[in-house]
Amino acid sequence: MEDKQYDIIIIGGGPAGLTAGIYSSRAKLKTLIVDTGTIGGQMILTFEIANYPGVQNTTGFQLAKTMKNQAKSFGCDILSNVKLTDVEFKGKIKSVTINNKDKYSARAIIWATGGRSRMLNVPGEKKFKGRGISYCATCDGDFFQDKEIIVVGGGNSALEEAVALTKYASKVTIVHEFDHFQAFEHAVQEAKKNPKIDFIMESHVQEFTGDTSLEKVRIKNLKTGKITEMTIDGAFIFVGYEANNDFLKDKEIELNDWNEVVVNSNYQTSEEGVFAAGDALAKRYRQITTAVADGTIAALNAMEYINRK
Amino acid sequence: MLQTNLKHVESEAQYNEILQNNENVMICCGRMGPMCVPVYDAMEDLENEYPNVKFYDMEFDIPDAHVIRNLPECRGFMGLPFTVYYKNGKVVKATTSLQNYEQIKEILDAEFSN
Repeated sequence: MEDKQYDIIIIGGGPAGLTAGIYSSRAKLKTLIVDTGTIGGQMILTFEIANYPGVQNTTGFQLAKTMKNQAKSFGCDILSNVKLTDVEFKGKIKSVTINNKDKYSARAIIWATGGRSRMLNVPGEKKFKGRGISYCATCDGDFFQDKEIIVVGGGNSALEEAVALTKYASKVTIVHEFDHFQAFEHAVQEAKKNPKIDFIMESHVQEFTGDTSLEKVRIKNLKTGKITEMTIDGAFIFVGYEANNDFLKDKEIELNDWNEVVVNSNYQTSEEGVFAAGDALAKRYRQITTAVADGTIAALNAMEYINRK
Repeated sequence: MLQTNLKHVESEAQYNEILQNNENVMICCGRMGPMCVPVYDAMEDLENEYPNVKFYDMEFDIPDAHVIRNLPECRGFMGLPFTVYYKNGKVVKATTSLQNYEQIKEILDAEFSN
């Protein structure tokens, strides 16, 4: 088994991890970023970014590429699409094993695994993914020209994407579990004044059905218990995000009830020398800018921790 | 042209030539969108691991991409990218929407292992 030594290993290559990598490698600390997927994290899943200060208009792909190149230019090693096999958080020297064979050790770890779009986890959802069910309106909207679709969710993404999808679809029905929306008022008003949008409130999607493509959805009214079946051509699902912390279950790192990492004011987790940043954290606002700030603070504290030891 | 490090299929003639001259081929047909980029990235990483497979991308919106868009195996697909796997010029597997590194590897192992 190969064993390589680093000062800091960052697990996760989204904006938080890349920022931490930029700071620590620029400070001449030997730094490794490992990611189980594509470098860039959820940034990659964003078509247009218009609110990242100092960058007028860019794509998630471009911003991720720039951050990755920036980290590499300071000497940061980056490994993507790896399988995270084991992490030893305890002790002065931590270790990370990937692909069941390569072991890397470090004096500090920064956990920055980010989050992912939540699925509904109802029957038919997996079967019809890409065959009527989508999680990206910008990617797949044009497949639904003059079709009838539903949008599931009640946050900003759901409401904004529902409005955007009316460019293509003949009818958009928003299905939401509560009697009110979580989205900002302006997004709600935009949706309400759009003549192509209908609403089904206080209801849950129970099942998606069809033959080779999505054809129907079963919706349960949570107040009356009544189940109705609706013929549809597509469904776009925007029901929030969850932290990518499954690996930490049964590990030493403290998580809250929502599976998010709990940190102190120095962004250190319950384990000494293990810091965390970005959407994996227990926090309210999840933006690229907040992830970048978390990554910076976690890296600076990790550097200080290493220097103290 | 897609901004990837993969080889690009740019015409129907080139597509036919690739399928005629290679036993195992994977073509990902998409845009530079959120669901497509991770697939290209995984393919770039897998190129070294599978020297027996030729990896290509193709821009979904060029007219010649009808060779992928209109494949019977892609009927009913409504999610980018359309990813198609060929053995001796015949489609052996086609997927729609985002597939992660492990899912792609599983297909490569199932369809192209010697």
